[in-house]
Amino acid sequence: MTRAIKRQDRLTAYAFIAPQLAGTVAFVLIPLVLVAWYSLHEWNVLANTFTFSGVDNYRQLAEDPTVPRVLRATLLFSAGLVIVNLSLALLLAVLLNQKLRGTTVFRVLFFSPVVVSLVAWTIVWRFMLQDNGGINSFLDAVGLDGPNWLRSGGTAMAAVIVVQVLKNVGLNMVLFLAALQGVPPELYEAARTDGANAWTVFRRITLPLISPTILLTSIITVVGSLQVFAQIAVLTEGGPGTSTTVLVYYLYQQAFQFHAFGYGATLSVLLFLIVLALTVVQWQLRKRWVFHES
Amino acid sequence: MRAKTTAYGILLVLCVPFVFPTWWMVTSSLKPNADIFGRSLWPSHVSFAAWHDVFTMQPFARQYLNSAYIAVVVTLGTLVVASMAGYAFARIRFRGQNALFLVVLSGLLIPSEVTIVPLFRIFNSLGLIDTHWPLILVPIFGAPSVLATFIMRQFFITLPVELEEAARMDGLTRAAIFRRIALPLARPALGAVAIFTFLTSWNLYLEPIVYLSSKSMFTLPQALTQFTDPYQGQLWNVQLSAASMTAIPVLIVFVIAQRQFIEGLAHTGLKG
Repeated sequence: MTRAIKRQDRLTAYAFIAPQLAGTVAFVLIPLVLVAWYSLHEWNVLANTFTFSGVDNYRQLAEDPTVPRVLRATLLFSAGLVIVNLSLALLLAVLLNQKLRGTTVFRVLFFSPVVVSLVAWTIVWRFMLQDNGGINSFLDAVGLDGPNWLRSGGTAMAAVIVVQVLKNVGLNMVLFLAALQGVPPELYEAARTDGANAWTVFRRITLPLISPTILLTSIITVVGSLQVFAQIAVLTEGGPGTSTTVLVYYLYQQAFQFHAFGYGATLSVLLFLIVLALTVVQWQLRKRWVFHES
Repeated sequence: MRAKTTAYGILLVLCVPFVFPTWWMVTSSLKPNADIFGRSLWPSHVSFAAWHDVFTMQPFARQYLNSAYIAVVVTLGTLVVASMAGYAFARIRFRGQNALFLVVLSGLLIPSEVTIVPLFRIFNSLGLIDTHWPLILVPIFGAPSVLATFIMRQFFITLPVELEEAARMDGLTRAAIFRRIALPLARPALGAVAIFTFLTSWNLYLEPIVYLSSKSMFTLPQALTQFTDPYQGQLWNVQLSAASMTAIPVLIVFVIAQRQFIEGLAHTGLKG
């Protein structure tokens, strides 16, 4: 290639990346710096005050009695979501991998909630989970007395987790299905010749071989779980009490309902640090735990 | 044989919580309000009254249009921005390439919830609160499109170099090679990016409720929760009618193009 062409190529490249680069700087990196700066300020939009307050917001964060409860709810939600989502996704994938007729139809049905509008999906579940709603009236029909799902702490958290799992488990199911289909059939045959039962084959052969996919899906699911907002806002509004108030919802309440923007920025910094820490931990895990990299 | 029957049985039972809510949403929206909490799986007589109320209680047609045009603009914008950036990062050598790629990738690490407070302040000082600009500009240029850029880059890396070299011999410029050779070949990747970008925009909830305050500017997810009586009681049949109207068109497109949807979404890593 001549110098002129190389030069022209380079200019084209800079022009091509310019919009994305400028956008990342303007809408991601500068706001990230600003959020740290705001967290050092007392800032009330309604009163129109913005004054430097040092680490006051961080002291408030350490002393706020709601914060431990919020972190507990966040942990409970994320852990519950990952465990239920990955187990169900794996179960569905194994069932769909049985070479039955009509699996395409089942795949479409299990996947369909992914494309249903998130708020529409949450609204219909809120409707069904009312004390006199669809779920309790069906339980009633078989002689069971269902709880008021969204009004007591334990069942509200369980409901939020299950509604979210059902919405998106189809994505992980498809990833697991692809991974299962990548396991060489000779391995299964060899194991069966050695007299291994189905469970041993699953544990000793299938699970290790699909471990890269398990790790990938757990990363996507954990990070996604930290960003859950609409489901909480529509189903429970963080309640009852603070039992389903996860970090993003608390951040929203502080910043946009109580107009404590400085404190909201501090909570954003906390959220960022948690996501960062998780990413680092998962990259370490990737090195140690995963059987092979595909 | 027996194992097969068991597998079918389990699959059918497991299907219920995935399919029943959508069924219940549509059928309940057609029930008169008095029967809304009834157990019947089909309305005793079909009533479209609530479907009509959706349009009289809120400027719902306008809100529908808002969501649709924002999602279309965001999708087209993202395709342009992400395919150009993805192509340059994948195919052209230039100074600072790796460093600049890392800068862009930071968008993948920083959830948009982290930056919502400063972004609100920026758009507030620009006088763009209660306009659609934040819902259009941030997804096209900011963190959400970084994932799209990443996917496009991964795709362009796999294209054989020979195709481009031949075009180069014919005297095509880099921009022409991109437009006439690389882009047409990238149709599957562009399709996947388009599907998840559209759905992400269509589902967006935090950003609209932060930025928008007047009903005629609302997007669908935000409007769906606003069907209440004057005492803040839920008007279930109206809410479910609006929810049905929001969900059904996308579901129909999904059923028609299920393969593209499933593969596209699963392999582009829409957040779980």
